Amino acid sequence: MLGILALVTVLVPMCNLLIPQASPLHISTFTMTLLGKYLCYALLAISVDLVWGYLGILSLGHGAFFALGGYAMGMYLMRQIGSRGVYGNPLLPDFMVFLNWQHLPWFWHGFQWFWFAMLMVVVVPGLLALVFGWFSFRSRVTGVYLSIMTQALTYALLLAFFRNEMGFGGNNGLTDFKDILGFSLQSDATRAGLFIASAMALGAGYLSCLYITRSRLGKLCTAIRDQEDRTRFIGYRVENAKLWVFTFSAILAGIAGALYVPQVGIINPTEFAPLGSIEIVIWVAMGGRATLYGAVVGALMVNYAKSYLTAAMPDAWLFALGALFVLVTLLLPQGITGLLRKKEVNK
Amino acid sequence: MCLSPKSTRCYRILLILTLLSFLPFAALCHAEGSEVQFQEGINLLTQKDFTKKEAAIEKIAESGDKRAEAVLRALLEGTLFRVKKDNSIVYGSKEGSKITITSILTGEELGSVKKRKAKKITINNALRTQIKNELAKIELSNPDAKVRLDAVNKLMPTLTIESSDLLANLLKKETNSEVSDALKASIAIIGLRSPEKEKRLLSLTELKGNLNPAVRNELNRLINEEQDKAVLHKAKSALSTIESKIAFFGLVEKGFFGLSLGSVLVLAAIGLAITFGVIGVINMAHGELIMLGAYTTYVIQQLLPDSIGLALFLSIPAAFLVSGLAGIVIERSVIRFLYGRPLETLLATFGISLILQQAVRSIFSPLNRSVSTPAWMSGSLQLNPILSLTTNRITILVFSLLVFAGLYMLLKKSSIGLQVRAVSQNRAMAKAMGVRAARVDALTFGLGSGIAGIAGVALSQLTNVGPNLGQAYIIDSFMVVVFGGVGNLWGTLLGGLSLGVANKFLEPWAGAVLAKILILVFIILFIQKRPQGLFPQKGRAAG
Repeated sequence: MLGILALVTVLVPMCNLLIPQASPLHISTFTMTLLGKYLCYALLAISVDLVWGYLGILSLGHGAFFALGGYAMGMYLMRQIGSRGVYGNPLLPDFMVFLNWQHLPWFWHGFQWFWFAMLMVVVVPGLLALVFGWFSFRSRVTGVYLSIMTQALTYALLLAFFRNEMGFGGNNGLTDFKDILGFSLQSDATRAGLFIASAMALGAGYLSCLYITRSRLGKLCTAIRDQEDRTRFIGYRVENAKLWVFTFSAILAGIAGALYVPQVGIINPTEFAPLGSIEIVIWVAMGGRATLYGAVVGALMVNYAKSYLTAAMPDAWLFALGALFVLVTLLLPQGITGLLRKKEVNK
Repeated sequence: MCLSPKSTRCYRILLILTLLSFLPFAALCHAEGSEVQFQEGINLLTQKDFTKKEAAIEKIAESGDKRAEAVLRALLEGTLFRVKKDNSIVYGSKEGSKITITSILTGEELGSVKKRKAKKITINNALRTQIKNELAKIELSNPDAKVRLDAVNKLMPTLTIESSDLLANLLKKETNSEVSDALKASIAIIGLRSPEKEKRLLSLTELKGNLNPAVRNELNRLINEEQDKAVLHKAKSALSTIESKIAFFGLVEKGFFGLSLGSVLVLAAIGLAITFGVIGVINMAHGELIMLGAYTTYVIQQLLPDSIGLALFLSIPAAFLVSGLAGIVIERSVIRFLYGRPLETLLATFGISLILQQAVRSIFSPLNRSVSTPAWMSGSLQLNPILSLTTNRITILVFSLLVFAGLYMLLKKSSIGLQVRAVSQNRAMAKAMGVRAARVDALTFGLGSGIAGIAGVALSQLTNVGPNLGQAYIIDSFMVVVFGGVGNLWGTLLGGLSLGVANKFLEPWAGAVLAKILILVFIILFIQKRPQGLFPQKGRAAG
């Protein structure tokens, strides 16, 4: 798995930058950006798999953490535009000028520094998860209730970010980015750099999740997933374990979002939509729960199918996605990777 | 086809002759006098000068002629024309390049003239106000009490001291209590401007607690201008009485809006409460079953375009059947394999909801469809000048209570209800007693889905019907069920209504979207404190 990832990380940017366009081996920038997007999705899927597969928390709100990370990045990119916006205001982003705002809202300060934005990418989703988890796990909200609560959380954020008064660009979101760390976002080299960053983040995320699941904490998580009450009676602090793993997962999702935004060039409130969050879950279910690499496989497969179907047969995509939900839960409880493993056992 | 002065005179003579033969002499005198005045007014209208027109309007209105009202109304609407050729005034309606003209005096059709040959009689804003006032005065003697009441209310903001006598005369003749109250209030408003202190005080006593906006304006004016302390004091107390009354009715109105929103939530959530509470299944496709109900209403209305009311009544059972059958199919084909795995059920039903949404989008197009409301549901109930409740919301409030009561009786009194409760409390024991649990599951799911369909019928009367209709309600419905306590119908009712009311009371303070967010946050916090909701299930079944 890691080997393939390393190979892709090296090969794709090379094929894009070094091999001339006429050659059949050339990978267009569009394809590379698309692949980079998939890698961000894969990281997101891993973060969901960590809490669902190993901890038994079906989060229907991970899209919220993803989007928050994305917004933090988007705010940095917005501040980088500077006076190159349509209205040419050196301090205020275009949409604030449009809304006749005079001052930068307090929460926009600091985002002109890359390090601060990166800190926020980690802190904002992490803090939200910490607060939400602290409330939920302490009062022992579990199972379906917790799922619905997470969905309500992302729904509430969706409504909030649609408001212009929130100061995040309302339903248009943040877009029209120019450059990151001084490199133009339009150039192939920057795109390649972002692709490599995404791939490395995915690799690091995968390794850290692997490390967590194989540690004592990971064993504890599995115990909580299978018999929460018994684990508690033995004397473990179930809440703490859940809380930290949930928060870590939210941070991973935030990082995925932060890498996603410069590649697609826009972040808007639809990223908070409950449908998006629930789609992530089906990537994981499709690939196979509690395997981590299954999540990656699922994310890549479903998203490839989505890109293909929405272009080829726009009407069919929701049918296909819906059918996928039903069929996977009914027929493939172990996902695709589960199917492969079974074959190996049979040999 | 023209109207010469000669023929007009002919008609007049003819008319007088007819009148002569029928009416006693005194009445004739009056009729002739009014006839002359009316005619003079009409003739004055041919002048371009606006002050002349003003005089014309006054003359026409005061002539007491039966045709006066129609003429003034036509003047207001701009359908009164002057034929250039003979300078006569006619009603006209434009049809392409021609104008069809009708005689004012006899109502006879006079054929059509070219556009250039006739000129519209123009008026300005001052005249418009004058005409409206005069029309209101004419309406004041209309035989219909409702028209009279409207007329008094229309006059109230523009009362002048001159109208006092007219109103007093009308008051003497008035038999309807509502109209005479309004007339008294109008006279009192004029009384407030009287130079005599006693009269002003008397008028204030009369106006105390009157909710008409005109009264409030007049009191505000009085408070600004009044010199006398006693009157000022009384005016202030009268105003504060009125204002506290308005605040009270505002509260009542908000409460009603809240209950109305709550009743919609209850309708949407109650089916979910059954499937979620009784058989423990998370049905994410519930919103789409509501949507199916709404589309059923739309289809039936398309089939019976002439009888909207009948179509609406028919769609209640039809939507119940359509959604209920869809629910049973879902249960038999998917959900029954997933009992005991709530998270998987959630995913699978979510997939079904996507399929249903896309199916509707492919069949009916992604655009919203509007379902028309029958006439008896589209009015509003005017309780006083401040408070009016729309009929469709009242109907839906009553309807949702009826559905709730019906469902409650079904679960408590019928044998199928008994079986449903038995299975939900102790499946193994119920099976041992001979209840066919699988069949009960399917029926319960069908019942919950059918109720969702009925909710769709109600929703189609409030909003547009579109593929995303269900999505908008699913999270709210879950919140209601979770808030009210799973498996408890009363909890759902109380939860839905209180969430609706809370939402409407937060709205003016926080704005619509923020209010919704606050409610969501509140529920999230509430669940922390009481994970079982408002009314937790008691006993072993709670497990």
